[in-house]
Amino acid sequence: MTEFDAATAAVQAALDAGARYADARVMHRRYESMTARNGDVEELTQDESIGLGVRALVGASWGFHAVPDLSDAAAREAGRRATRTAMASARVPGPPVDLVATEPVTASWASGCQLDPLGVPLSDKGDLLVAATRTMAEHGADLAEGLYQIWDTAKWFVSSEGHRIDQRIRECGAGISATSIGDGETQRRSWPSYRGQYGTTGWELVESLDLTAHAAQIAEESRALLTAPLCPAGETDLILGGEQLALQIHESVGHAIELDRILGWEAAFAGTSWLDLAQLGALRYGSELMNITIDPTIPGALGSFGFDDEGSPAVKRDAVRDGRWVGVLAGRDSAAMANLDYGGSVRADGWARLPMVRMTNVGLEPGPHTLDEIIAATDDGVLMDINRSWSIDDKRLNFQFGCEIGWEIKKGRRGRMLRNPTYTGIGPLFWRSMDMLSSETVPWGTPNCGKGQPGQIGHTGHPAAPARFRNVRVGVSA
Amino acid sequence: MSARSELELAGQVVELVRRLGGPAAQAEAVVTRADLALTRFANSAIHQNVSESTAEVRLRLHIDGRTAAGSGSVVTAEGLTSLVERTVAAARLCPPDPGWPGLTPPTPTPDAPPVDEATAHAEPDQRADRVRTFVAAAGGLSTAGYCRTAHRSSAFANSAGHTGYGRSAEAAMDGIARRDGADGVARRYAARLSDLDGAELGAQAAAKAQAAADPVELPPGHYEVVFEPAAVADLLQNLSWYGFNGKRYAERQSFAEPGAAQFDRAVTLVDDPLGTSGLPFDAEGTARGALTLVEAGTTRAVAHDRRTAAEAGAESTGHAVAGGTTWGPMARNLRLSGAPAGPPSATGRSTTGTAAGAVVDTDTAALVAGVRRGLLVTDLWYTRVLDPKSLVVTGLTRNGVWLIEDGTVVRAVRDLRFTESYPRALGPGAVLGLGARTVRQPDRVDGTWWAAPSLRLASWHFTGGASG
Repeated sequence: MTEFDAATAAVQAALDAGARYADARVMHRRYESMTARNGDVEELTQDESIGLGVRALVGASWGFHAVPDLSDAAAREAGRRATRTAMASARVPGPPVDLVATEPVTASWASGCQLDPLGVPLSDKGDLLVAATRTMAEHGADLAEGLYQIWDTAKWFVSSEGHRIDQRIRECGAGISATSIGDGETQRRSWPSYRGQYGTTGWELVESLDLTAHAAQIAEESRALLTAPLCPAGETDLILGGEQLALQIHESVGHAIELDRILGWEAAFAGTSWLDLAQLGALRYGSELMNITIDPTIPGALGSFGFDDEGSPAVKRDAVRDGRWVGVLAGRDSAAMANLDYGGSVRADGWARLPMVRMTNVGLEPGPHTLDEIIAATDDGVLMDINRSWSIDDKRLNFQFGCEIGWEIKKGRRGRMLRNPTYTGIGPLFWRSMDMLSSETVPWGTPNCGKGQPGQIGHTGHPAAPARFRNVRVGVSA
Repeated sequence: MSARSELELAGQVVELVRRLGGPAAQAEAVVTRADLALTRFANSAIHQNVSESTAEVRLRLHIDGRTAAGSGSVVTAEGLTSLVERTVAAARLCPPDPGWPGLTPPTPTPDAPPVDEATAHAEPDQRADRVRTFVAAAGGLSTAGYCRTAHRSSAFANSAGHTGYGRSAEAAMDGIARRDGADGVARRYAARLSDLDGAELGAQAAAKAQAAADPVELPPGHYEVVFEPAAVADLLQNLSWYGFNGKRYAERQSFAEPGAAQFDRAVTLVDDPLGTSGLPFDAEGTARGALTLVEAGTTRAVAHDRRTAAEAGAESTGHAVAGGTTWGPMARNLRLSGAPAGPPSATGRSTTGTAAGAVVDTDTAALVAGVRRGLLVTDLWYTRVLDPKSLVVTGLTRNGVWLIEDGTVVRAVRDLRFTESYPRALGPGAVLGLGARTVRQPDRVDGTWWAAPSLRLASWHFTGGASG
């Protein structure tokens, strides 16, 4: 019994029980993570999970069931249970459900990988984290932490329309953080990002981060931040580093353009969106520098794949072009509901979870400047980088973000370091104020995007570069 | 699987470790079977309806001074052997672990609360029927939310000879009703699905949504507040994760100072994992039980697992979680005790005009009646920590905020952003009243809940309106 056989049996059983459409995903995921603290390995975990999830559509109602057993009997029973659950859903029916067309292909896809991350000796990986955290501790950090994570996922997808797709996606990444503890507060600095930078790549990504080389500097900065002046409160010009801008895109654009949110499907939990489909193609989201793409085809970016989890091929699309909102993240059923002709952004966090609309790689196309040029062109402002806290309302409008570090910008030069830098605003007003954008793009990876009930953790990519925003409120504090 | 098979599997894993890792290997194994189901609705229709029957084996072992952990979903002989082989191999390649706290010795496992079999084996029709009654009770308003049931059966064994077995079952319902973009919410946790009344919750959510219509914007500033239990639940979660976490305490990242009067005398916090349905042991096999974290305003304890307890020279309090070496031990069933006599009864109307429906119980009404000018807050949303030590948190209100004037809810208010230190807001002299009745609020994951009465605080720092 192959994985394809199990998925096929589940789909057939769902159809036999009365479903008009069914699909099934078998997933086999291996996960490894290691954390280190103050020069010692703190925790090593290796998890392995394999199972099958089947989705059935009866009339206008969906059902889903998942099991960790790939036997023919278990797969068939899972298909029948998914159909029974769909029939129960019909007790509180919704509008008719349709699925936009996607070609029923037979295909294989694998992400690029030069150095198999699970094949790198544990001792080498441990040595890296131990050395980096020891260096941070030696340079003043009270708490020196390091982390890597690896996911190696194989999946097999079958649908009742004829899809038969297998994929193997290897993801990994790493990061270090130094925390200095004062009397009443803590200060943290991270490289290259808190809990790391990630991609659909091999261990070569981790090697390129050169964690140890940055350990001393971030430790010293975390210590210096304890006595740095507070970020002043008021309105000023704000320059964001690329890592923070990646999170800004994630929270105030990526989630806002999720079609399931726009349709109200997430209203009770993740929330809705301030966007109205009636304005698609016409709404001014940001300045003309703002060009956001939905692109799961970027080699090595964390949100890349060959096909999404309902069989739609990876395709690059515009979400915002020249500041105008033109596209959404969609699945086959939500797209049909919205009279759109494309899905392609549906993924499931493992075999036991329902596929749902998720970000892929949602990023900002490069601008014409460099960070140095942006600083030189700024008379009075604040530069902030590396996210420390993030909060945004349920319509994805009102946000407040905190960064690990800030710098005063005066007369085109970077000045004093500032502690506890925060900024707040309203999404579209903020994006309309962007007047300078760097070309120094990095495809930042976010491996911890929460959504859905039961909860799912998504892996998303966000190409971003430093940018400047005018007249932003900064320095919010308790 | 049955109790016997789960215990047998856990025992097999420990025996495999002994065989493949040598007689000196220390091992602990947890085998859990779970049946989780969640029926989700939006736009007043069920749009997602899921269930899963899963099995998981978690193993942690310590060999030659080195530690590794792993898990697997395959419970065949080959699957267990593979898990043990790779975890033994990983441990041997790891650097030494000088902080290994040893295994839990053989100790009695406390009796877990009885499991409601009807909840453990609930069918999708039963969840769908509760959704149907919620939707119907909302009087035509658009509704969204979920009804879920969870059943876990778990066995523990370690190479020190300690074993344990337990089951848990629970249910939860959480839904909103919507009117012109104004939402009202009703949320409950229960050990029995039969205790969840979809119609009652739907009517409550609808009443609050009706009362939340036509909100006005208020300027930011410090306001006196009455928090309903859903909002208080967020305070409890953040206090638990960041304050009463033994690892953060050891790292000096926590505000907690056992023995110090850090809170108002009205504040008593107890973690009570067996107060309703719950497993009787933690991830290390330590017995779970009630732990008083704050007593009449004085911090008494923080939660420990074996590792943080060893560092602190204390005993584990039974709060180990999988992955806890990194995240620390967690109190996940925290209760803010209600006032024994409750607040003085409301003497007049606590709501009026279009705001009628904002206040849903007599405890909250009595607290509102004492407020000269302040805000009634239903729920908090997207709270994130700016600084863990001072526990300064930013977030927003959600699902209904109202202005209180002279003891009466007078009108709905648009959502506000706040930036506030949670321990400071609950500090000495800051609590102006507590309801008598605690209400259990479900967390995002089963096994975790927060119980609280309504709470009146002297000041809460709102730092912006929803529009900026």
